[in-house]
Amino acid sequence: MGEKILMKGNEAIGEAAIRAGCRFYFGYPITPQSELTAYMAKKLLKMEDAAFVQAESEIAAINMVYGAAATGVRTMTSSSSPGISLKQEGISYIACAELPCVIVNMQRGGPGLGSIQPGQADYFQATKGGGHGDYHLIVLAPSSVQELVDLTMNAFDLADKYTNPVMILGDGLIGQMMEAVEFKERKKISLPDKERWALTGCKGREKNYIVPFNLDPYEMEKTNFKIQKKYNELKEKEVRYETINLDNADLIVVAYGTVARIIKTVIDNAKKEGINIGLIRPITLFPFPDKIIAETSEKINKFLVVEMSLGQMVEDVKLAVNGRVEVNFYGRVGGVIPTQSEILNEIKKYLK
Amino acid sequence: MKKVFERPKSLTKDPFTYCPGCHHGIAHRLVAEALDDFGVREKTIGVCPVGCSVFAYVFFDCDMICAAHGRAPAVATGIKKSKPDSIVFTYQGDGDLASIGTAEIVHAANRGENITVIFINNAIYGMTGGQMAPTTLVGQVTQTSPYGRDPKTMGYPIKVAEMLSTLKGVAYISRVALSKPAYILKAKKAIKKAFQSQVEGRGFSLVEVLSTCPTNWGLSPIEANKWLEENMIPYFPLGEFKTPEEVS
Repeated sequence: MGEKILMKGNEAIGEAAIRAGCRFYFGYPITPQSELTAYMAKKLLKMEDAAFVQAESEIAAINMVYGAAATGVRTMTSSSSPGISLKQEGISYIACAELPCVIVNMQRGGPGLGSIQPGQADYFQATKGGGHGDYHLIVLAPSSVQELVDLTMNAFDLADKYTNPVMILGDGLIGQMMEAVEFKERKKISLPDKERWALTGCKGREKNYIVPFNLDPYEMEKTNFKIQKKYNELKEKEVRYETINLDNADLIVVAYGTVARIIKTVIDNAKKEGINIGLIRPITLFPFPDKIIAETSEKINKFLVVEMSLGQMVEDVKLAVNGRVEVNFYGRVGGVIPTQSEILNEIKKYLK
Repeated sequence: MKKVFERPKSLTKDPFTYCPGCHHGIAHRLVAEALDDFGVREKTIGVCPVGCSVFAYVFFDCDMICAAHGRAPAVATGIKKSKPDSIVFTYQGDGDLASIGTAEIVHAANRGENITVIFINNAIYGMTGGQMAPTTLVGQVTQTSPYGRDPKTMGYPIKVAEMLSTLKGVAYISRVALSKPAYILKAKKAIKKAFQSQVEGRGFSLVEVLSTCPTNWGLSPIEANKWLEENMIPYFPLGEFKTPEEVS
Protein backbone atom coordinates (compact mmCIF):
# COMPACT_ATOMS: atom_id res chain seq x y z
CA MET A 1 0.00 0.00 0.00
CA GLY A 2 1.08 3.52 -0.70
CA GLU A 3 2.93 2.29 -3.78
CA LYS A 4 2.47 4.38 -6.90
CA ILE A 5 1.86 2.52 -10.16
CA LEU A 6 1.80 4.01 -13.65
CA MET A 7 -1.53 2.98 -15.17
CA LYS A 8 -3.77 3.80 -18.08
CA GLY A 9 -7.12 5.24 -16.99
CA ASN A 10 -9.21 2.41 -18.40
CA GLU A 11 -7.06 -0.26 -16.74
CA ALA A 12 -7.00 1.66 -13.48
CA ILE A 13 -10.81 1.51 -13.34
CA GLY A 14 -10.65 -2.25 -13.78
CA GLU A 15 -8.12 -2.65 -10.98
CA ALA A 16 -10.09 -0.31 -8.71
CA ALA A 17 -13.31 -2.23 -9.41
CA ILE A 18 -11.69 -5.56 -8.57
CA ARG A 19 -10.21 -4.12 -5.37
CA ALA A 20 -13.68 -2.84 -4.48
CA GLY A 21 -14.96 -6.41 -4.72
CA CYS A 22 -16.43 -6.43 -8.22
CA ARG A 23 -16.09 -9.96 -9.60
CA PHE A 24 -18.66 -9.91 -12.39
CA TYR A 25 -18.06 -7.88 -15.51
CA PHE A 26 -20.08 -7.91 -18.71
CA GLY A 27 -19.01 -5.82 -21.67
CA TYR A 28 -18.70 -5.30 -25.37
CA PRO A 29 -15.72 -3.79 -27.19
CA ILE A 30 -15.88 -0.13 -28.15
CA THR A 31 -13.21 2.55 -28.53
CA PRO A 32 -12.02 4.37 -26.41
CA GLN A 33 -12.74 2.06 -23.45
CA SER A 34 -11.81 -1.41 -24.76
CA GLU A 35 -8.73 -1.65 -22.49
CA LEU A 36 -11.08 -1.89 -19.53
CA THR A 37 -12.95 -4.84 -21.05
CA ALA A 38 -9.64 -6.51 -21.86
CA TYR A 39 -8.30 -5.86 -18.35
CA MET A 40 -11.37 -7.44 -16.76
CA ALA A 41 -11.05 -10.48 -19.05
CA LYS A 42 -7.39 -10.91 -18.11
CA LYS A 43 -8.06 -10.68 -14.37
CA LEU A 44 -11.53 -12.16 -13.80
CA LEU A 45 -11.10 -15.23 -16.01
CA LYS A 46 -8.29 -16.32 -13.69
CA MET A 47 -10.18 -15.64 -10.45
CA GLU A 48 -12.36 -17.94 -8.37
CA ASP A 49 -16.03 -17.02 -7.93
CA ALA A 50 -15.77 -14.47 -10.70
CA ALA A 51 -17.02 -14.14 -14.26
CA PHE A 52 -16.23 -12.18 -17.37
CA VAL A 53 -18.53 -12.35 -20.37
CA GLN A 54 -17.98 -10.62 -23.68
CA ALA A 55 -21.64 -10.11 -24.42
CA GLU A 56 -23.19 -10.22 -27.89
CA SER A 57 -24.14 -6.54 -27.57
CA GLU A 58 -24.22 -3.68 -25.11
CA ILE A 59 -27.91 -4.46 -24.67
CA ALA A 60 -27.09 -7.99 -23.55
CA ALA A 61 -24.22 -6.76 -21.35
CA ILE A 62 -26.41 -4.42 -19.31
CA ASN A 63 -29.03 -7.15 -18.94
CA MET A 64 -26.36 -9.55 -17.68
CA VAL A 65 -25.48 -6.85 -15.14
CA TYR A 66 -29.18 -6.67 -14.22
CA GLY A 67 -29.22 -10.44 -13.61
CA ALA A 68 -25.98 -10.48 -11.63
CA ALA A 69 -26.94 -7.40 -9.57
CA ALA A 70 -30.22 -9.14 -8.71
CA THR A 71 -28.28 -11.88 -6.92
CA GLY A 72 -26.56 -9.28 -4.72
CA VAL A 73 -23.02 -9.34 -6.15
CA ARG A 74 -20.95 -6.31 -7.14
CA THR A 75 -21.09 -6.06 -10.91
CA MET A 76 -20.09 -3.66 -13.65
CA THR A 77 -20.29 -2.89 -17.34
CA SER A 78 -18.53 -0.25 -19.38
CA SER A 79 -18.83 1.31 -22.78
CA SER A 80 -18.53 4.55 -24.69
CA SER A 81 -21.24 6.89 -25.95
CA PRO A 82 -23.00 4.89 -28.73
CA GLY A 83 -22.81 1.75 -26.60
CA ILE A 84 -24.22 3.58 -23.58
CA SER A 85 -27.20 4.62 -25.71
CA LEU A 86 -27.88 0.94 -26.32
CA LYS A 87 -27.78 0.21 -22.60
CA GLN A 88 -30.44 2.76 -21.71
CA GLU A 89 -33.37 0.32 -21.67
CA GLY A 90 -31.55 -1.93 -19.24
CA ILE A 91 -30.41 0.98 -17.07
CA SER A 92 -34.03 2.14 -16.73
CA TYR A 93 -35.04 -1.37 -15.59
CA ILE A 94 -32.16 -1.52 -13.08
CA ALA A 95 -33.06 1.91 -11.68
CA CYS A 96 -36.72 0.88 -11.36
CA ALA A 97 -35.79 -2.44 -9.76
CA GLU A 98 -33.46 -0.50 -7.41
CA LEU A 99 -30.43 -2.68 -7.97
CA PRO A 100 -26.83 -1.61 -7.37
CA CYS A 101 -24.30 -1.67 -10.21
CA VAL A 102 -21.61 0.46 -11.79
CA ILE A 103 -21.67 1.64 -15.41
CA VAL A 104 -18.65 3.33 -16.95
CA ASN A 105 -19.05 5.73 -19.88
CA MET A 106 -15.79 6.84 -21.46
CA GLN A 107 -17.46 9.42 -23.64
CA ARG A 108 -16.47 10.08 -27.22
CA GLY A 109 -17.58 12.67 -29.75
CA GLY A 110 -21.18 12.36 -30.89
CA PRO A 111 -23.89 12.26 -32.10
CA GLY A 112 -24.33 9.10 -34.17
CA LEU A 113 -21.24 7.00 -34.51
CA GLY A 114 -19.47 10.31 -33.92
CA SER A 115 -15.72 10.10 -33.43
CA ILE A 116 -13.42 8.16 -31.16
CA GLN A 117 -11.87 11.24 -29.55
CA PRO A 118 -13.00 12.57 -26.16
CA GLY A 119 -16.38 14.25 -25.65
CA GLN A 120 -18.73 15.40 -22.91
CA ALA A 121 -21.92 15.48 -24.91
CA ASP A 122 -23.56 12.63 -22.97
CA TYR A 123 -24.15 14.88 -19.94
CA PHE A 124 -27.90 15.13 -20.49
CA GLN A 125 -28.19 11.39 -21.05
CA ALA A 126 -26.15 10.61 -17.92
CA THR A 127 -27.69 13.09 -15.51
CA LYS A 128 -31.30 13.45 -16.61
CA GLY A 129 -32.20 9.77 -16.77
CA GLY A 130 -31.11 8.64 -20.20
CA GLY A 131 -33.74 5.98 -20.66
CA HIS A 132 -37.51 6.12 -20.27
CA GLY A 133 -39.24 7.10 -17.05
CA ASP A 134 -38.39 9.26 -14.03
CA TYR A 135 -35.09 8.07 -12.66
CA HIS A 136 -31.55 9.23 -12.11
CA LEU A 137 -28.17 7.62 -11.91
CA ILE A 138 -25.60 8.76 -9.40
CA VAL A 139 -23.08 10.32 -11.78
CA LEU A 140 -19.40 10.72 -10.85
CA ALA A 141 -17.03 12.75 -13.00
CA PRO A 142 -13.32 12.07 -12.42
CA SER A 143 -10.69 14.43 -13.70
CA SER A 144 -7.49 12.43 -13.08
CA VAL A 145 -6.57 8.76 -13.17
CA GLN A 146 -6.17 8.82 -9.38
CA GLU A 147 -9.66 10.21 -9.04
CA LEU A 148 -10.90 7.57 -11.47
CA VAL A 149 -9.56 4.94 -9.07
CA ASP A 150 -10.99 6.58 -5.95
CA LEU A 151 -14.39 7.27 -7.49
CA THR A 152 -14.66 3.76 -8.96
CA MET A 153 -14.21 2.33 -5.47
CA ASN A 154 -16.68 4.85 -4.05
CA ALA A 155 -19.13 4.04 -6.82
CA PHE A 156 -19.67 0.48 -5.61
CA ASP A 157 -20.32 1.70 -2.06
CA LEU A 158 -22.75 4.36 -3.27
CA ALA A 159 -24.55 1.84 -5.47
CA ASP A 160 -24.98 -0.53 -2.53
CA LYS A 161 -25.92 2.25 -0.10
CA TYR A 162 -28.64 3.69 -2.31
CA THR A 163 -29.46 0.50 -4.31
CA ASN A 164 -29.11 2.62 -7.42
CA PRO A 165 -26.96 2.34 -10.54
CA VAL A 166 -23.89 4.59 -10.50
CA MET A 167 -22.25 5.96 -13.62
CA ILE A 168 -18.60 6.92 -13.90
CA LEU A 169 -18.72 9.61 -16.57
CA GLY A 170 -15.23 9.96 -18.00
CA ASP A 171 -14.08 10.53 -21.54
CA GLY A 172 -11.63 9.10 -24.03
CA LEU A 173 -8.83 11.31 -22.77
CA ILE A 174 -9.01 10.22 -19.17
CA GLY A 175 -9.48 6.59 -20.21
CA GLN A 176 -6.47 6.60 -22.50
CA MET A 177 -3.93 8.62 -20.53
CA MET A 178 -1.43 7.17 -18.10
CA GLU A 179 -0.75 8.61 -14.67
CA ALA A 180 0.74 7.41 -11.42
CA VAL A 181 -1.96 6.03 -9.16
CA GLU A 182 -2.13 4.70 -5.66
CA PHE A 183 -4.69 2.16 -4.48
CA LYS A 184 -5.34 3.40 -0.99
CA GLU A 185 -6.52 1.17 1.83
CA ARG A 186 -10.19 1.92 2.30
CA LYS A 187 -12.09 2.15 5.52
CA LYS A 188 -14.72 -0.53 5.91
CA ILE A 189 -18.11 1.10 5.91
CA SER A 190 -21.36 -0.48 6.90
CA LEU A 191 -23.76 -0.96 4.01
CA PRO A 192 -27.36 -2.17 3.94
CA ASP A 193 -27.94 -5.90 3.94
CA LYS A 194 -28.79 -7.34 0.53
CA GLU A 195 -30.46 -10.50 1.83
CA ARG A 196 -33.77 -8.71 2.06
CA TRP A 197 -34.12 -8.55 -1.72
CA ALA A 198 -31.35 -10.57 -3.40
CA LEU A 199 -32.27 -13.57 -5.53
CA THR A 200 -30.27 -16.37 -3.98
CA GLY A 201 -32.82 -19.18 -3.89
CA CYS A 202 -35.66 -19.18 -1.37
CA LYS A 203 -34.23 -21.74 1.06
CA GLY A 204 -35.55 -20.96 4.54
CA ARG A 205 -37.47 -17.85 3.50
CA GLU A 206 -40.36 -16.62 1.35
CA LYS A 207 -39.49 -16.14 -2.31
CA ASN A 208 -37.90 -12.86 -3.41
CA TYR A 209 -38.96 -11.33 -6.68
CA ILE A 210 -37.76 -8.35 -8.68
CA VAL A 211 -40.35 -6.90 -11.03
CA PRO A 212 -39.76 -3.45 -12.53
CA PHE A 213 -43.42 -2.90 -13.37
CA ASN A 214 -46.83 -2.56 -11.83
CA LEU A 215 -49.97 -2.40 -13.91
CA ASP A 216 -51.77 -0.60 -11.07
CA PRO A 217 -50.91 3.06 -11.75
CA TYR A 218 -51.30 4.05 -8.10
CA GLU A 219 -48.81 1.37 -7.06
CA MET A 220 -46.47 2.39 -9.88
CA GLU A 221 -46.72 5.97 -8.72
CA LYS A 222 -45.69 4.82 -5.22
CA THR A 223 -42.61 3.14 -6.73
CA ASN A 224 -41.76 6.44 -8.41
CA PHE A 225 -42.17 8.39 -5.15
CA LYS A 226 -39.99 5.88 -3.32
CA ILE A 227 -37.18 6.21 -5.85
CA GLN A 228 -37.54 10.00 -5.89
CA LYS A 229 -37.04 10.09 -2.13
CA LYS A 230 -33.60 8.55 -2.63
CA TYR A 231 -32.67 11.30 -5.07
CA ASN A 232 -33.63 13.92 -2.52
CA GLU A 233 -31.45 12.16 0.04
CA LEU A 234 -28.59 12.08 -2.45
CA LYS A 235 -28.95 15.82 -3.02
CA GLU A 236 -28.66 16.38 0.73
CA LYS A 237 -25.84 13.99 1.52
CA GLU A 238 -23.70 13.10 -1.45
CA VAL A 239 -22.93 16.28 -3.37
CA ARG A 240 -19.20 16.58 -4.09
CA TYR A 241 -17.22 19.26 -5.81
CA GLU A 242 -13.82 20.95 -5.84
CA THR A 243 -13.33 24.70 -5.73
CA ILE A 244 -10.25 26.73 -6.54
CA ASN A 245 -9.71 30.40 -5.92
CA LEU A 246 -13.33 31.36 -5.34
CA ASP A 247 -12.48 34.41 -3.23
CA ASN A 248 -11.87 37.55 -5.23
CA ALA A 249 -12.05 35.79 -8.59
CA ASP A 250 -12.75 38.03 -11.56
CA LEU A 251 -14.66 35.20 -13.20
CA ILE A 252 -15.80 31.73 -12.19
CA VAL A 253 -15.40 28.82 -14.57
CA VAL A 254 -17.61 25.79 -14.05
CA ALA A 255 -16.19 22.67 -15.70
CA TYR A 256 -15.89 18.96 -14.95
CA GLY A 257 -13.64 16.05 -15.86
CA THR A 258 -11.05 16.59 -18.57
CA VAL A 259 -12.06 20.20 -19.19
CA ALA A 260 -11.57 21.03 -15.50
CA ARG A 261 -7.97 19.81 -15.79
CA ILE A 262 -7.39 22.23 -18.64
CA ILE A 263 -8.97 25.03 -16.62
CA LYS A 264 -6.41 24.49 -13.86
CA THR A 265 -3.66 25.34 -16.36
CA VAL A 266 -5.74 28.30 -17.58
CA ILE A 267 -5.94 29.57 -13.98
CA ASP A 268 -2.13 29.44 -13.62
CA ASN A 269 -1.52 31.14 -16.95
CA ALA A 270 -4.15 33.80 -16.30
CA LYS A 271 -2.54 34.60 -12.96
CA LYS A 272 0.67 35.48 -14.80
CA GLU A 273 -1.35 38.03 -16.75
CA GLY A 274 -2.91 39.38 -13.56
CA ILE A 275 -6.28 37.74 -14.15
CA ASN A 276 -7.87 35.97 -11.23
CA ILE A 277 -9.96 32.96 -12.31
CA GLY A 278 -11.93 30.71 -9.96
CA LEU A 279 -13.09 27.16 -10.66
CA ILE A 280 -16.05 25.16 -9.46
CA ARG A 281 -15.55 21.55 -10.53
CA PRO A 282 -18.56 19.31 -9.93
CA ILE A 283 -17.40 15.81 -8.98
CA THR A 284 -20.96 14.52 -8.64
CA LEU A 285 -22.92 15.57 -11.72
CA PHE A 286 -25.97 14.01 -10.14
CA PRO A 287 -26.57 15.12 -7.45
CA PHE A 288 -25.44 18.45 -8.90
CA PRO A 289 -23.58 20.92 -6.66
CA ASP A 290 -26.08 23.72 -7.17
CA LYS A 291 -25.73 25.27 -3.70
CA ILE A 292 -22.07 26.22 -4.04
CA ILE A 293 -22.80 27.64 -7.49
CA ALA A 294 -25.74 29.64 -6.13
CA GLU A 295 -23.69 30.95 -3.20
CA THR A 296 -20.80 31.92 -5.45
CA SER A 297 -23.14 33.78 -7.80
CA GLU A 298 -24.08 36.02 -4.84
CA LYS A 299 -20.48 37.21 -4.71
CA ILE A 300 -19.06 37.01 -8.21
CA ASN A 301 -20.97 38.19 -11.22
CA LYS A 302 -19.15 36.58 -14.12
CA PHE A 303 -19.61 32.90 -14.93
CA LEU A 304 -18.29 30.85 -17.81
CA VAL A 305 -19.17 27.19 -18.30
CA VAL A 306 -16.74 25.25 -20.48
CA GLU A 307 -17.65 21.82 -21.82
CA MET A 308 -16.82 19.44 -24.63
CA SER A 309 -20.44 19.80 -25.71
CA LEU A 310 -22.52 22.57 -27.20
CA GLY A 311 -24.03 23.45 -23.85
CA GLN A 312 -25.43 20.80 -21.53
CA MET A 313 -24.17 21.25 -17.97
CA VAL A 314 -24.56 24.99 -18.53
CA GLU A 315 -28.32 24.47 -18.14
CA ASP A 316 -27.85 23.15 -14.60
CA VAL A 317 -25.49 26.01 -13.80
CA LYS A 318 -28.11 28.48 -15.05
CA LEU A 319 -30.76 26.82 -12.88
CA ALA A 320 -28.46 27.13 -9.86
CA VAL A 321 -27.60 30.75 -10.61
CA ASN A 322 -31.29 31.42 -11.17
CA GLY A 323 -30.84 34.60 -13.19
CA ARG A 324 -28.73 36.42 -10.58
CA VAL A 325 -25.79 36.83 -12.95
CA GLU A 326 -25.05 36.14 -16.57
CA VAL A 327 -23.81 32.63 -17.35
CA ASN A 328 -21.70 32.36 -20.49
CA PHE A 329 -20.72 29.25 -22.36
CA TYR A 330 -17.81 27.98 -24.39
CA GLY A 331 -17.70 24.51 -25.92
CA ARG A 332 -15.87 22.37 -28.45
CA VAL A 333 -17.39 19.14 -29.72
CA GLY A 334 -17.09 16.14 -31.97
CA GLY A 335 -13.93 14.94 -30.24
CA VAL A 336 -12.14 18.33 -30.23
CA ILE A 337 -10.49 19.23 -26.94
CA PRO A 338 -10.42 22.98 -26.20
CA THR A 339 -6.91 24.36 -25.64
CA GLN A 340 -6.00 26.43 -22.62
CA SER A 341 -5.13 29.41 -24.82
CA GLU A 342 -8.50 29.46 -26.60
CA ILE A 343 -10.29 29.21 -23.25
CA LEU A 344 -8.19 32.07 -21.83
CA ASN A 345 -9.03 34.18 -24.89
CA GLU A 346 -12.70 33.42 -24.32
CA ILE A 347 -12.42 34.42 -20.65
CA LYS A 348 -10.77 37.72 -21.61
CA LYS A 349 -13.84 38.62 -23.71
CA TYR A 350 -15.92 38.78 -20.54
CA LEU A 351 -13.36 40.75 -18.53
CA LYS A 352 -13.15 43.76 -20.85
CA MET B 1 -56.63 -42.31 1.28
CA LYS B 2 -53.67 -41.83 -1.10
CA LYS B 3 -53.34 -38.39 -2.64
CA VAL B 4 -52.83 -38.79 -6.38
CA PHE B 5 -52.93 -35.17 -7.51
CA GLU B 6 -51.94 -31.96 -5.80
CA ARG B 7 -50.52 -28.53 -6.43
CA PRO B 8 -46.76 -28.73 -7.05
CA LYS B 9 -44.77 -27.04 -4.28
CA SER B 10 -43.10 -24.86 -6.92
CA LEU B 11 -46.43 -23.19 -7.70
CA THR B 12 -47.99 -20.61 -5.40
CA LYS B 13 -51.64 -20.81 -4.33
CA ASP B 14 -52.51 -17.88 -6.61
CA PRO B 15 -55.02 -18.91 -9.26
CA PHE B 16 -53.79 -18.50 -12.83
CA THR B 17 -55.05 -15.34 -14.50
CA TYR B 18 -54.58 -16.56 -18.06
CA CYS B 19 -57.48 -16.71 -20.55
CA PRO B 20 -59.71 -19.81 -20.70
CA GLY B 21 -58.10 -22.45 -22.91
CA CYS B 22 -54.66 -20.83 -22.86
CA HIS B 23 -51.86 -23.35 -22.36
CA HIS B 24 -49.70 -21.19 -20.05
CA GLY B 25 -51.28 -22.81 -17.00
CA ILE B 26 -50.36 -26.31 -18.16
CA ALA B 27 -46.84 -25.23 -19.11
CA HIS B 28 -46.37 -23.51 -15.72
CA ARG B 29 -47.49 -26.68 -13.97
CA LEU B 30 -45.08 -28.88 -15.93
CA VAL B 31 -42.16 -26.59 -15.11
CA ALA B 32 -43.17 -26.58 -11.43
CA GLU B 33 -43.43 -30.39 -11.41
CA ALA B 34 -39.94 -30.67 -12.88
CA LEU B 35 -38.54 -28.31 -10.19
CA ASP B 36 -40.30 -30.43 -7.53
CA ASP B 37 -39.01 -33.68 -9.05
CA PHE B 38 -35.41 -32.51 -8.86
CA GLY B 39 -35.97 -30.93 -5.42
CA VAL B 40 -34.45 -27.66 -6.64
CA ARG B 41 -37.23 -25.15 -5.86
CA GLU B 42 -35.20 -23.51 -3.11
CA LYS B 43 -32.23 -22.88 -5.36
CA THR B 44 -34.12 -21.91 -8.49
CA ILE B 45 -34.24 -18.42 -9.98
CA GLY B 46 -36.78 -17.94 -12.76
CA VAL B 47 -36.77 -15.17 -15.36
CA CYS B 48 -40.11 -14.08 -16.76
CA PRO B 49 -40.47 -12.19 -20.03
CA VAL B 50 -42.57 -9.32 -21.30
CA GLY B 51 -45.84 -10.64 -22.66
CA CYS B 52 -48.74 -12.54 -21.08
CA SER B 53 -46.39 -14.60 -18.92
CA VAL B 54 -44.86 -11.49 -17.36
CA PHE B 55 -47.08 -12.61 -14.47
CA ALA B 56 -45.23 -15.92 -14.12
CA TYR B 57 -43.43 -14.36 -11.14
CA VAL B 58 -46.73 -14.52 -9.25
CA PHE B 59 -47.32 -18.21 -9.94
CA PHE B 60 -43.89 -19.79 -9.44
CA ASP B 61 -42.98 -20.22 -5.79
CA CYS B 62 -39.27 -19.61 -6.24
CA ASP B 63 -37.11 -16.49 -6.60
CA MET B 64 -38.16 -14.65 -9.76
CA ILE B 65 -37.13 -11.64 -11.83
CA CYS B 66 -38.81 -9.93 -14.77
CA ALA B 67 -36.56 -9.15 -17.73
CA ALA B 68 -37.00 -6.53 -20.43
CA HIS B 69 -38.62 -7.73 -23.66
CA GLY B 70 -36.39 -10.39 -25.22
CA ARG B 71 -33.55 -10.03 -22.73
CA ALA B 72 -34.34 -12.96 -20.45
CA PRO B 73 -31.42 -15.13 -21.68
CA ALA B 74 -28.96 -12.28 -20.96
CA VAL B 75 -30.48 -11.74 -17.50
CA ALA B 76 -30.32 -15.50 -16.90
CA THR B 77 -26.65 -15.46 -17.95
CA GLY B 78 -25.88 -12.79 -15.35
CA ILE B 79 -27.71 -14.78 -12.67
CA LYS B 80 -26.10 -18.10 -13.53
CA LYS B 81 -22.60 -16.59 -13.69
CA SER B 82 -22.96 -15.00 -10.27
CA LYS B 83 -24.83 -17.94 -8.68
CA PRO B 84 -23.47 -20.98 -10.56
CA ASP B 85 -25.06 -23.44 -8.12
CA SER B 86 -28.56 -22.14 -8.74
CA ILE B 87 -31.03 -23.55 -11.25
CA VAL B 88 -31.97 -20.82 -13.71
CA PHE B 89 -34.80 -20.89 -16.20
CA THR B 90 -36.36 -18.40 -18.56
CA TYR B 91 -39.97 -18.58 -19.68
CA GLN B 92 -40.48 -16.68 -22.94
CA GLY B 93 -43.07 -16.26 -25.64
CA ASP B 94 -42.55 -16.16 -29.41
CA GLY B 95 -42.45 -12.38 -29.75
CA ASP B 96 -40.04 -12.16 -26.83
CA LEU B 97 -37.68 -14.97 -27.83
CA ALA B 98 -37.98 -15.23 -31.61
CA SER B 99 -38.36 -11.55 -32.52
CA ILE B 100 -36.99 -8.87 -30.20
CA GLY B 101 -34.76 -11.30 -28.32
CA THR B 102 -33.14 -13.25 -31.16
CA ALA B 103 -29.62 -12.01 -30.39
CA GLU B 104 -29.91 -12.91 -26.71
CA ILE B 105 -31.30 -16.42 -27.27
CA VAL B 106 -28.84 -17.30 -30.05
CA HIS B 107 -25.81 -16.18 -28.07
CA ALA B 108 -26.91 -17.68 -24.75
CA ALA B 109 -27.35 -20.97 -26.64
CA ASN B 110 -24.05 -20.55 -28.46
CA ARG B 111 -22.16 -19.88 -25.23
CA GLY B 112 -23.71 -23.06 -23.92
CA GLU B 113 -25.08 -21.24 -20.88
CA ASN B 114 -26.20 -23.89 -18.42
CA ILE B 115 -29.76 -22.60 -18.24
CA THR B 116 -33.17 -23.95 -19.27
CA VAL B 117 -35.44 -22.05 -21.63
CA ILE B 118 -39.17 -22.71 -21.85
CA PHE B 119 -40.26 -21.24 -25.17
CA ILE B 120 -44.01 -20.80 -25.61
CA ASN B 121 -44.87 -20.71 -29.32
CA ASN B 122 -48.50 -19.78 -29.93
CA ALA B 123 -47.91 -18.13 -33.29
CA ILE B 124 -49.16 -14.73 -32.15
CA TYR B 125 -48.55 -11.79 -29.80
CA GLY B 126 -51.01 -12.33 -26.95
CA MET B 127 -50.51 -9.48 -24.47
CA THR B 128 -50.67 -6.70 -27.06
CA GLY B 129 -53.84 -8.06 -28.61
CA GLY B 130 -53.00 -10.43 -31.45
CA GLN B 131 -50.29 -9.14 -33.77
CA MET B 132 -48.14 -11.22 -36.12
CA ALA B 133 -45.32 -13.13 -34.43
CA PRO B 134 -42.18 -14.48 -36.12
CA THR B 135 -43.85 -17.89 -35.74
CA THR B 136 -47.21 -16.85 -37.23
CA LEU B 137 -48.10 -19.36 -39.95
CA VAL B 138 -48.23 -18.48 -43.65
CA GLY B 139 -51.70 -17.17 -44.40
CA GLN B 140 -52.58 -16.70 -40.74
CA VAL B 141 -54.66 -13.60 -40.10
CA THR B 142 -53.56 -11.33 -37.25
CA GLN B 143 -53.99 -7.62 -36.49
CA THR B 144 -50.79 -6.82 -38.38
CA SER B 145 -51.24 -9.43 -41.10
CA PRO B 146 -54.92 -8.66 -41.74
CA TYR B 147 -54.84 -10.32 -45.17
CA GLY B 148 -52.90 -13.31 -43.92
CA ARG B 149 -49.13 -13.67 -43.49
CA ASP B 150 -47.62 -13.20 -46.92
CA PRO B 151 -44.17 -14.83 -47.04
CA LYS B 152 -43.13 -12.59 -49.94
CA THR B 153 -43.08 -9.55 -47.67
CA MET B 154 -43.32 -10.99 -44.15
CA GLY B 155 -41.07 -14.04 -44.41
CA TYR B 156 -41.75 -17.54 -43.16
CA PRO B 157 -42.37 -18.69 -39.59
CA ILE B 158 -39.07 -19.22 -37.74
CA LYS B 159 -38.35 -22.74 -36.56
CA VAL B 160 -36.51 -21.96 -33.35
CA ALA B 161 -35.89 -25.52 -32.16
CA GLU B 162 -34.34 -26.55 -35.48
CA MET B 163 -32.30 -23.35 -35.79
CA LEU B 164 -30.79 -23.48 -32.30
CA SER B 165 -30.10 -27.21 -32.46
CA THR B 166 -27.35 -26.49 -35.03
CA LEU B 167 -25.29 -24.77 -32.31
CA LYS B 168 -22.61 -26.86 -30.66
CA GLY B 169 -23.04 -25.43 -27.16
CA VAL B 170 -26.63 -26.65 -27.00
CA ALA B 171 -27.23 -29.78 -24.90
CA TYR B 172 -30.95 -30.44 -25.24
CA ILE B 173 -33.70 -29.15 -27.52
CA SER B 174 -37.15 -30.53 -28.14
CA ARG B 175 -40.54 -29.36 -29.36
CA VAL B 176 -43.72 -30.46 -27.62
CA ALA B 177 -47.42 -29.62 -27.64
CA LEU B 178 -50.07 -29.46 -24.90
CA SER B 179 -53.28 -29.95 -26.88
CA LYS B 180 -54.04 -33.46 -25.57
CA PRO B 181 -53.07 -35.62 -22.58
CA ALA B 182 -50.66 -37.82 -24.58
CA TYR B 183 -48.77 -34.72 -25.71
CA ILE B 184 -48.78 -33.30 -22.18
CA LEU B 185 -47.13 -36.46 -20.84
CA LYS B 186 -44.43 -36.18 -23.51
CA ALA B 187 -44.02 -32.47 -22.74
CA LYS B 188 -43.57 -33.28 -19.05
CA LYS B 189 -40.77 -35.70 -19.94
CA ALA B 190 -39.10 -33.16 -22.24
CA ILE B 191 -39.20 -30.39 -19.65
CA LYS B 192 -37.80 -32.76 -17.08
CA LYS B 193 -34.98 -33.72 -19.45
CA ALA B 194 -34.21 -30.07 -20.06
CA PHE B 195 -33.85 -29.39 -16.33
CA GLN B 196 -31.94 -32.64 -15.88
CA SER B 197 -29.49 -31.42 -18.48
CA GLN B 198 -28.96 -28.27 -16.40
CA VAL B 199 -28.75 -30.14 -13.09
CA GLU B 200 -26.03 -32.32 -14.64
CA GLY B 201 -24.21 -29.24 -15.96
CA ARG B 202 -24.44 -30.23 -19.61
CA GLY B 203 -25.18 -26.81 -21.04
CA PHE B 204 -28.03 -24.98 -22.71
CA SER B 205 -31.46 -26.62 -22.86
CA LEU B 206 -34.68 -25.45 -24.50
CA VAL B 207 -38.18 -26.84 -24.85
CA GLU B 208 -40.38 -25.22 -27.49
CA VAL B 209 -43.97 -25.62 -26.36
CA LEU B 210 -46.64 -25.27 -29.06
CA SER B 211 -49.50 -23.50 -27.30
CA THR B 212 -52.90 -22.06 -27.98
CA CYS B 213 -54.13 -18.49 -27.79
CA PRO B 214 -57.92 -18.94 -28.14
CA THR B 215 -58.56 -15.27 -27.38
CA ASN B 216 -56.42 -13.86 -30.17
CA TRP B 217 -57.00 -16.74 -32.56
CA GLY B 218 -60.73 -16.07 -32.19
CA LEU B 219 -61.48 -19.72 -31.43
CA SER B 220 -63.02 -21.65 -28.55
CA PRO B 221 -60.53 -23.59 -26.38
CA ILE B 222 -61.49 -26.88 -28.07
CA GLU B 223 -61.32 -25.38 -31.57
CA ALA B 224 -57.96 -23.88 -30.66
CA ASN B 225 -56.53 -27.30 -29.70
CA LYS B 226 -57.78 -28.64 -33.03
CA TRP B 227 -56.32 -25.68 -34.97
CA LEU B 228 -52.95 -26.20 -33.29
CA GLU B 229 -52.87 -29.88 -34.24
CA GLU B 230 -54.04 -29.33 -37.81
CA ASN B 231 -51.95 -26.25 -38.60
CA MET B 232 -49.04 -25.79 -36.24
CA ILE B 233 -47.80 -29.35 -35.77
CA PRO B 234 -47.42 -30.02 -39.54
CA TYR B 235 -45.14 -26.97 -39.83
CA PHE B 236 -43.50 -27.26 -36.40
CA PRO B 237 -42.86 -31.00 -36.04
CA LEU B 238 -42.75 -32.42 -32.51
CA GLY B 239 -39.78 -34.33 -31.21
CA GLU B 240 -36.25 -34.04 -29.87
CA PHE B 241 -33.78 -32.11 -32.00
CA LYS B 242 -30.78 -32.47 -29.77
CA THR B 243 -30.15 -34.65 -26.74
CA PRO B 244 -27.29 -34.52 -24.25
CA GLU B 245 -25.79 -37.74 -25.61
CA GLU B 246 -24.95 -35.87 -28.78
CA VAL B 247 -22.76 -33.40 -26.92
CA SER B 248 -19.24 -34.32 -27.87
